[in-house]
Amino acid sequence: MAKVMMKGNEAMALAAIKGGCRAFFGYPITPQSELPEYLARHMHKYGGVFLQAESEVAAINMVYGASGAGARVMTSSSSPGIALKQEGISYIAGAELPAVIINVMRGGPGLGGIQPSQADYKQVTRGGGNGDYYVLAFAPENLQETVNIIKESFDLADLYRNPVMIAVDGLIGQMMEPVDLDVEISKKDLPEKTWATTGTDGKRPPVNVNSLFLDAQDLENHSFKLDKKYKLIKENEQRYEFVNMDNPELVIVAYGTMSRIVRSALEILNNEGIKVGLLRPISIWPFPEKAFNELPDSVKGILTCELSTGQMVDDVKIANDGKLPVGFFGRTGGMVPEPEEIVQAVKDMLRGLK
Amino acid sequence: MGKVVFKRSEGLSKKEFSYCPGCTHGIIHRLVAEVIEELGIIDKTIGISPVGCSVMNYEFFNCDMQQAAHGRAPAVATGIKRVRPDNIVFSYQGDGDLASIGTAEIIHAAHRSENITVIFVNNAIYGMTGGQMAPTTLIGQKTTTSPYGREEKHAGKPIKMSELLATIPGASFIERVSVHDPAHVRKAKKAIKKAFEVQVEGKGFSLVELISTCPVNWGKTPQDALNWAKENMIPYYPLGNFRTPEEDGKND
Ligand SMILES: Cc1ncc(C[n+]2csc(CCOP(=O)(O)OP(=O)(O)O)c2C)c(N)n1
Ligand code: SF4
Repeated sequence: MAKVMMKGNEAMALAAIKGGCRAFFGYPITPQSELPEYLARHMHKYGGVFLQAESEVAAINMVYGASGAGARVMTSSSSPGIALKQEGISYIAGAELPAVIINVMRGGPGLGGIQPSQADYKQVTRGGGNGDYYVLAFAPENLQETVNIIKESFDLADLYRNPVMIAVDGLIGQMMEPVDLDVEISKKDLPEKTWATTGTDGKRPPVNVNSLFLDAQDLENHSFKLDKKYKLIKENEQRYEFVNMDNPELVIVAYGTMSRIVRSALEILNNEGIKVGLLRPISIWPFPEKAFNELPDSVKGILTCELSTGQMVDDVKIANDGKLPVGFFGRTGGMVPEPEEIVQAVKDMLRGLK
Repeated sequence: MGKVVFKRSEGLSKKEFSYCPGCTHGIIHRLVAEVIEELGIIDKTIGISPVGCSVMNYEFFNCDMQQAAHGRAPAVATGIKRVRPDNIVFSYQGDGDLASIGTAEIIHAAHRSENITVIFVNNAIYGMTGGQMAPTTLIGQKTTTSPYGREEKHAGKPIKMSELLATIPGASFIERVSVHDPAHVRKAKKAIKKAFEVQVEGKGFSLVELISTCPVNWGKTPQDALNWAKENMIPYYPLGNFRTPEEDGKND
């Protein structure tokens, strides 16, 4: 199919349908409401289910039920709504169920604002709910990449039997870009869902979808089993992109909307003869630690740029393992910086390094 | 060989119940199991276990089960039923689960008239966590968090969920029964059967509230607990049918 102009939230909704999503449960919140609205108009044409729940808590538990019963299912929300979904996400991870969750992030804490933000980084990458678990989390920077990742996420969720979160911000949800929704995504070899509650049909013993382990040893075994899966995900799913990596003096680490602004800053810097590269995490959990081993020797420092007060800095420091100085530039609360502000931050950091 | 007059229901697994001696959760399990056996629906039934003393009932029912977060069983049931409308879906919930943390979920499942069946076990206390006050705890009833007896001024009157839910147009079948003696157990089974039939016939949301006992946390012998339920709970929680599909619409 040719490219079409679509609004981000609507393109994400259609991408989910094209990724095989046949059930959606959600609750309205700005800046993602066009996504459920689109599915309310179109899901039935694909034989799927759309339901507006009474709350985010109910929505994510509907996802748990539907996924446990074998459906390809999704929910979407924005920051305060994702906070409410954390209980259910923990249960979904604990019961090893697949689900796709879209988080169109806005500013916080609390009710915060409705402008684009990346201040949910820790909520997204640290589990968020209770217990030893992680969700796969992707932070694409444009609509085409978002659409591709959403389509693939349904396979990844099934493959790992784990929730997958797409963390974009309000800007990506609200903007319009040309996008091809029929890009072929390589299909994974997926096992049958023998664990799903579909009724025994008299043909097999009953199955049970559950995250309860009253015996401490059983729960430790389960947690170590999950941990093994998370290690496998870390090995297989670290995704990132390098830009301008021809012997830069400094490398910026930025994702999503921030990386788009950084790209403009790199052009300005390049014209001034200052060589700066960009390491763009596409997966934020697992964090692309591998990329840091590939940094060229020319790099003298790392500047982390975020739409938050610096939530990713810790991950950058861990991945960098004390080898290079790590600086930070960020705007938050819904403020989106001009490329010139990043140019200035780069120059300040370089001056400090000399 | 003599005629078999009573046997373990096919709706139950071989697993031994984990309930305290004299606890009526066991009777209620048997009734649900017998009903799904008699209706011939074990093979297509999916149950939801709550958080509470019956949290592990996925081990007891002989059908597919999902364990839900505290209070969220009606939402989980909704998710299952919406993607598998041909299956029979029931949730099994205590009063803490359904009448406290999960009030929003139960009200909205009824409101949407989700075609599910809810087994609501009201023992007027939190059993599993050691006998704290529930929204259903009676006035004057002592619990670990109402050590001087529940006071209306402090904690409000006990909540009557069946009456409350019966005001919701989407609630198709609502009945309160008790299991404190054999005659009432038989009536309870009839109500449970009707509730599942309502779902089989696609008539929408059905709920049976069962007056149950918690001898351990009430500090009573099993027999005294049954008497206490009869003498104290039933006067406040009157038994009877609050809604049937035939008269649906009367509260609209
Ligand atoms: C989110 C959450 N809050 C609290 C608890 C602790 N908890 C476990 S069971 C329970 C009360 C259950 O009481 P009820 O539903 O009346 O069932 P019963 O044990 O009496 O059968 C509570 C508060 C929990 N597991 N999860
Ligand atoms: S604590 Fe109470 S409700 Fe729980 S099993 Fe024991 S008697 Fe039954």
